[in-house]
Amino acid sequence: MKIVMAIIKPFKLEEVRDALTAIGVHGLTVTEVKGYGRQKGHTEIYRGAEYAVSFLPKIKIEVAVASDQVDKTIEAITTAAKTGQIGDGKIFVINLDHAVRIRTGEADAAAL
Amino acid sequence: MRQPSDFALTLLTNQELKQMTFKRPASAGWAILAIGALCAVGFVDAALAQTAAPAAAAPAAAVPNKGDTAWMLVSSALVLMMSVPGLALFYGGLVRTKNMASILTQVFAIVSMVGVLWTLYGYSLAFTDGGSMTPWIGGLSKAFMHGIDVNSTAATFSNGVVIPELAYFVFQMTFAMITPALIVGAFAERIKFSAVMLFILLWVTFIYFPIAHWVWYVAAPDDVAAAAKALAAATDAAAKTAAQAKLDEVTGAVGWLAGAGALDFAGGTVVHINAGIAGFVGALIIGKRIGYGKDLMAPHSLTMTMIGASLLWVGWFGFNAGSNLEATGTTALAFVNTMVATAGAALSWLLCEWMFKGKPSLLGICSGAVAGLVAVTPASGFAGPIGALVLGFVVSPVCLFFVTAVKNALGYDDALDVFGVHCVGGIIGALGTGILVNPALGGAGITDYANITGNNAGTYDLATQMIAQGKAVGATLLWSGIGSAILYKLVDVIVGLRPSVEEEREGLDISEHGERAYNM
Repeated sequence: MKIVMAIIKPFKLEEVRDALTAIGVHGLTVTEVKGYGRQKGHTEIYRGAEYAVSFLPKIKIEVAVASDQVDKTIEAITTAAKTGQIGDGKIFVINLDHAVRIRTGEADAAAL
Repeated sequence: MRQPSDFALTLLTNQELKQMTFKRPASAGWAILAIGALCAVGFVDAALAQTAAPAAAAPAAAVPNKGDTAWMLVSSALVLMMSVPGLALFYGGLVRTKNMASILTQVFAIVSMVGVLWTLYGYSLAFTDGGSMTPWIGGLSKAFMHGIDVNSTAATFSNGVVIPELAYFVFQMTFAMITPALIVGAFAERIKFSAVMLFILLWVTFIYFPIAHWVWYVAAPDDVAAAAKALAAATDAAAKTAAQAKLDEVTGAVGWLAGAGALDFAGGTVVHINAGIAGFVGALIIGKRIGYGKDLMAPHSLTMTMIGASLLWVGWFGFNAGSNLEATGTTALAFVNTMVATAGAALSWLLCEWMFKGKPSLLGICSGAVAGLVAVTPASGFAGPIGALVLGFVVSPVCLFFVTAVKNALGYDDALDVFGVHCVGGIIGALGTGILVNPALGGAGITDYANITGNNAGTYDLATQMIAQGKAVGATLLWSGIGSAILYKLVDVIVGLRPSVEEEREGLDISEHGERAYNM
């Protein structure tokens, strides 16, 4: 099992969720995050005060999938979240040792 | 029947002692003593008032008009709305979330405290005759509202028109409430609550009440007209001399800036220059916020700021149009001027920002609206609408220059731009009033109540008027600037101005008030 973690542009969240549902991934966790990367930031001006805002709002999604689903998941996210502009985000894949569904006690593949 | 002082004591023991819990016994003792003394004096005073009342109600005078009375009470409520919630939200939106509750509390507490002080002695110091001291300060003859009842009246700017003194009392009270509340924006996010309260208590007493007296304690038009009529009717030389002396006495027993001919319709000097310079001095003495120029100190909610600015605009109709003290054509003129100058200034700020900074901002248009309101305040009943519009268009670029270029160049931390908007805008307004009152520019002209045969027409002279306006501006800057500096130092010695570095970093909401504005 793997966790596929993707940092994406906030407005792409719905498209990514649709794409994941289409390939049979039915659960994901979403966090509002801020990040700094090649996109850099922007300047905000409040009367005389200028602030360089380096950290931009992003969405982090985490999906737990079986190992043979990883490639399909990555492809679905990449296709849905891509705009071609700097700042589209990144995908990280992490090993997942164990999973439990709290309601039933089912473990691992049955819990996903 | 119980004696008044007994009643005061009973009131304290039964009610207040039960409700109040004090952490430190020492301060509890002082507070009880202070409240007890105030109540005792108040009740004794009230008892005196009853004996004094019949003597005062002798000659049958003008009766207040119902429409005027209603307008003044509505105006008073509108001006209160400028402070809470208007100014509180305007300022609150501009600070960081960790200091939101502190700003709201400061404004609310100042409004409440000044309401009490105004009732106890503020009104009397500002609006009674101070005898030989009357150019500078009033007396204590109306302290504890002595002698003010439902039948007492206050003069307006028209002959033969009066309003209930209670309406005048509460209208002027709302001005005394908002003026010190304006100051706190300059040192927002970095002052102890105890220091704010002590400073404001001293400031209204030694700065605001005297300056309000200087500018607004004027001779009643009816008294001037009566003295002028007596002078005109005097036949022989001795009678003429006596009548002239009487007229001089009536026109001379006024605040010294009013006597100097300075025009300030609704409080450009008394309110805005006064609060603006006090805030500026405070920002200098208290020093910059920790991390100023380094940390992100962006406004936490421009939504709140927009709501606050809009409430200020609406409330300002009470402030400016209410300042005519009756409901007439001049009231409508002040209302319209308040509308057009503000619209012009809001637009002007937005356009300047768009041109020079690249983007038109919400904070910009809100700041412009407030700058326009400040500038039109002294001019509202004197300028014509087109004059007011020009004033609005002129004030915004000047204030924008001060809150950006000047502030950054000099490096002071006037957190919410009280100096750049209120003091600078107030000076533009005060000087602009001297120009725009000119009938040739559509202004209302000067009123001379002694000119009883000439429809009260006075003569306008640009140089004379600008000297008078300059005197008012300079005197306010000096008295408030130097006086405030002394008071800040005094407060620093007594309770200390700044919280500790840790407390400031944590935010004043938690460190000073033990609560958060937002629990989300």
